[in-house]
Amino acid sequence: MFDYKSVGLEESDLKAMYKWMDLGRKIDERMWLLNRAGKIPFVISCQGQEATQIGMAYAMQEGDISSPYYRDLAFVTYMGMTALDSMLAAFGKRDDISSGGKQMPSHFSKREKGILSQSSPVGTQIVHGVGAALALKMDNKPNIAMATVGEGSSNQGDFHEGLNFAGVHKLPFVCVIENNKYAISVPDSLQYGAEKLSDRAIGYGMHGEHVDGNDPIAMYKVMKEARERALNGGGSTLIEAMCTRLTAHSSDDDDKYRPKEEREELKSLDCNLKFKTFLLEEGIINEQWLEQVESEHKEIVNQATKEAEKAPYPSPEETYTHVYEEGSLDNA
Amino acid sequence: MPKLSYLEAIQQGLDQAMEKDDDVFVLGEDVGKKGGVFGVTLGLQQKYGEARVLDTPLAESNIVGTSIGAAMLGKRPVAEIQFAEYILPATNQIMSEAAKMRYRSNNDFYCPITIRSPFGGGIHGALYHSQSVESIFANTPGLTIVIPSTPYDAKGLLLASIESNDPVLYFEHKKAYRLLKEEVPESYYTVPIGQADVKREGDDITVFTYGLCVNYCIQAADMLSEDGINVEVVDLRTVYPLDKQTIIERAKLTGKVLLVTEDNLEGSVMSEVAAIIAENCLFDLDAPVMRLAGPDVPAMQFAPTLEDEFMINPDKIKIKMRELAEF
Amino acid sequence: MEIKMPKLGESVHEGTIEQWLVSVGDKVEEYDPLCEVITDKVTAEVPSSYAGTITEIKVEEGDTVAVDEIICLLDTGDEQNETEQEQSTNNQAEDVKEELQNKQTTGSNNIQNDSVSANADGPKNNGRYSPVVFKLASENQIDLNQVVGTGFEGRVTKKDIEKVIKEGTSKTSSTIVAPKDSPKVSQQSAYNEPSPGSSIPVNGVRKQIAQNMVNSVNEIPHAWMMVEADATNLVKTRNYHKNGFKESEGYNLTFFAFFVKAVAEGLKAYPLLNSSWQDSEIVMHKDVNISIAVADEDKLYVPVIKNADEKSIKGIAREINELAQKARNKKLRSEDMQGGTFTVNNTGTFGSVSSMGIINHPQAAILQIESVIKKPVVIDDMIAIRNMVNLCISIDHRILDGLQAGRFMNFVKTRIEQYSIEHTSIY
Repeated sequence: MFDYKSVGLEESDLKAMYKWMDLGRKIDERMWLLNRAGKIPFVISCQGQEATQIGMAYAMQEGDISSPYYRDLAFVTYMGMTALDSMLAAFGKRDDISSGGKQMPSHFSKREKGILSQSSPVGTQIVHGVGAALALKMDNKPNIAMATVGEGSSNQGDFHEGLNFAGVHKLPFVCVIENNKYAISVPDSLQYGAEKLSDRAIGYGMHGEHVDGNDPIAMYKVMKEARERALNGGGSTLIEAMCTRLTAHSSDDDDKYRPKEEREELKSLDCNLKFKTFLLEEGIINEQWLEQVESEHKEIVNQATKEAEKAPYPSPEETYTHVYEEGSLDNA
Repeated sequence: MPKLSYLEAIQQGLDQAMEKDDDVFVLGEDVGKKGGVFGVTLGLQQKYGEARVLDTPLAESNIVGTSIGAAMLGKRPVAEIQFAEYILPATNQIMSEAAKMRYRSNNDFYCPITIRSPFGGGIHGALYHSQSVESIFANTPGLTIVIPSTPYDAKGLLLASIESNDPVLYFEHKKAYRLLKEEVPESYYTVPIGQADVKREGDDITVFTYGLCVNYCIQAADMLSEDGINVEVVDLRTVYPLDKQTIIERAKLTGKVLLVTEDNLEGSVMSEVAAIIAENCLFDLDAPVMRLAGPDVPAMQFAPTLEDEFMINPDKIKIKMRELAEF
Repeated sequence: MEIKMPKLGESVHEGTIEQWLVSVGDKVEEYDPLCEVITDKVTAEVPSSYAGTITEIKVEEGDTVAVDEIICLLDTGDEQNETEQEQSTNNQAEDVKEELQNKQTTGSNNIQNDSVSANADGPKNNGRYSPVVFKLASENQIDLNQVVGTGFEGRVTKKDIEKVIKEGTSKTSSTIVAPKDSPKVSQQSAYNEPSPGSSIPVNGVRKQIAQNMVNSVNEIPHAWMMVEADATNLVKTRNYHKNGFKESEGYNLTFFAFFVKAVAEGLKAYPLLNSSWQDSEIVMHKDVNISIAVADEDKLYVPVIKNADEKSIKGIAREINELAQKARNKKLRSEDMQGGTFTVNNTGTFGSVSSMGIINHPQAAILQIESVIKKPVVIDDMIAIRNMVNLCISIDHRILDGLQAGRFMNFVKTRIEQYSIEHTSIY
């Protein structure tokens, strides 16, 4: 692990970070259970990427805009999506804050917390993040906009176009590639020709960082620096965080394209496990504390699950709402 | 009242919109220093600065996507796509993102962007500077598509589009830029979106059309009035979603309907107009619903003989109108 | 040769001559620059399209002209060929134009022809009705067969049927049908006499009657003949049966029924009077359908007694009664009015002794039965008081002449005079 003191973090911060990583994991695990029990139709996981996500989230400030991608459950949970919000979305219930049950789960959106609405065509969120950064710059706000993306989606045209634009205008924008080396079944060797995706930054006239995504402290550092750089007129940053996808791509994927040994080995790379071990070894936490966290999170997850299960579905009439602004056209 | 060309009317509209609301900003290729390849945005960067009139890199998806991101934070971008044909790389952002933003976020976010683009033929632009592309987007709920036919409507519809809190595609006819001139009020005014307009009343046949064809249809109608044929010309103005009420009302009056568009025949927005009339006006129809459109070939060609064969003009319209009137 | 202002940009419509680079008398090669032109998009040099000598500069420096206007002239020495070429292209263009115009006029001519022929005895339209035409027809009870179609291929257009609705002709069932000719007075109920000094608008029924009269007189050369018949025996016969008939049947046994019967028999004997002139042939009708006039207020109806030759006097009387009732109650249907082949008119009911009827087009003749009047006549060189009745016939002189008409009239006269209590069967 990176030296936490050198990046201005204290023990309490590390404990907090671990808690968020754990909460994200617990919510995620519960969703898999519900899916396998036939209660929710679809799960797409953050397991193995919590360190990356919490590391960078911890460096964000109030008023920052985020344009995450579908694997960012831990990230958005830190940024303000409650466990209940996530569960309601998983069940497709009416009070789902992201879409009122209109979108599949993990299409995060919460305006109040600066989380931009996501769609399924991957990569489109990058230019939205860039546009948000442009707006922030125009209004001279002390905030950044960031977008996350998988290494697969980083090959979309919108990635190139968006980063190029951000580079031209030195926007307060940070793009984080969560490189877990698999885009569904396509491995990185077939996904991109470069050695390091962070090298692309040169092509866009911005700063590039290649970081161990399994180290939340290292992640925090580069994000903090990127943020400062952006707000000091230093322009945008492209961060490539190397991490691990512990599960299959989604609940609709069997992961068989990864050999068994590889999947077994992944468990040892589990970032939550590694961070926990580190904290225990440093004496920052103990088993008792861990038990407390465990029961606290169990309670949160149980509560959220129960409530979400009981919550009402949207009525059929809601099919027709919010196509256009109400009252603007006769058809609205 | 001063006479403005179609282009000048749009220019004035942009200026007045930017003056009224600081959140309005313009972006696109060549819009800043050059003022646009047709000169529509001339003078805006000088007046409002580089921060509000941006010369973007050559990347249409980015132009639209960035606009969406900024709009989600409360800005009101007016993006320009240099020629309608080049809107295709941005189609994903327009249809998957902008159109669905309000709906998919359950009214949490909305997308008040306006995308302007010159379309239409008759200026020797050949395959990739003459097309009509509205049909591509014309069944995407959440989007609005407007096509003004006069300088007055051009300014009013532009201001209405910018004021709209939902994404609007605003297609301006490039041949009309300098061809059409009329008196335009200097004040700030809007023309309602979603409302068709009867541009010429008549009781023998009813013609529905939009864009430059409105002017052509009126020319043809004036010629036919000398023969005692009274043609009504209805300008759709908003081609998606269509003003069904006006279409049904006006079609019923004569029972003889002609639909005119510059677009290819099969799958144009006129096909939807024909369906609306067929569904709602059966017992008021006195003739089959007729269409006059571009041929079903990939696009308008360069050689003048070929372009003339494709392009709609008043004479072609006149012949078709007469055929319908005499049915 | 003419040099014109070129189109220097996609949406450019005019240009300004900034500077002339040549003057009159200068020799130029093809592509040599002639002048500088400014448009709102570009400044450009206009090259010469030909080699030659400048003969005239038509636009001054600083002037703005529209695209395609002539800016200067030059002499290439090739004048003749050019103008010829231009001529031929112009001619071609004009030929095409003419062709187009001809096509258009023949188109409209055809339509007119169609409508003209529709007006004649053939079908009035092509039988293809659009939804709105059907709708309007059913809402207003219009018989579409009677509507003239002025549309494509003789189609009834919306405007055609709207016209008909306004004028109110050729209606179907349970509505008042357009009546014709002279009236048989049935009942004078609440009839509003027009007051002097006022004008009566001519529309609907009256208009139609007028039109029919005009058509008939215009087309048919009318000739007229009168014979006198002794109806004394007829009167006796009728009076004999009168009361008993009324009691048993419930309606009146009119004189008219006897006359109609006689005419029906006459038509059977002289079928040429039961015909129609159609274009270049005379159509002989198989059925004897006698049109009789019935009046209701100011409206005239001419219902038809079908197959009168097959009916007895009672049958005819009954039908006369029924039709009159229907007319009075405004219940005549179009079937009641169609198919007449000969008209018999009871002008005697208003005291007429002699009248010239106008033929009910397209029939061949019309017979007026005048008043039955007691008169002194000479029989066997002695004076007797007899009931005499004049029979006046107007004939279509294209079909009939005096001889045929005379024979027919004689037959009818004889039949009338032959009625007797002993030999005439009412039933």
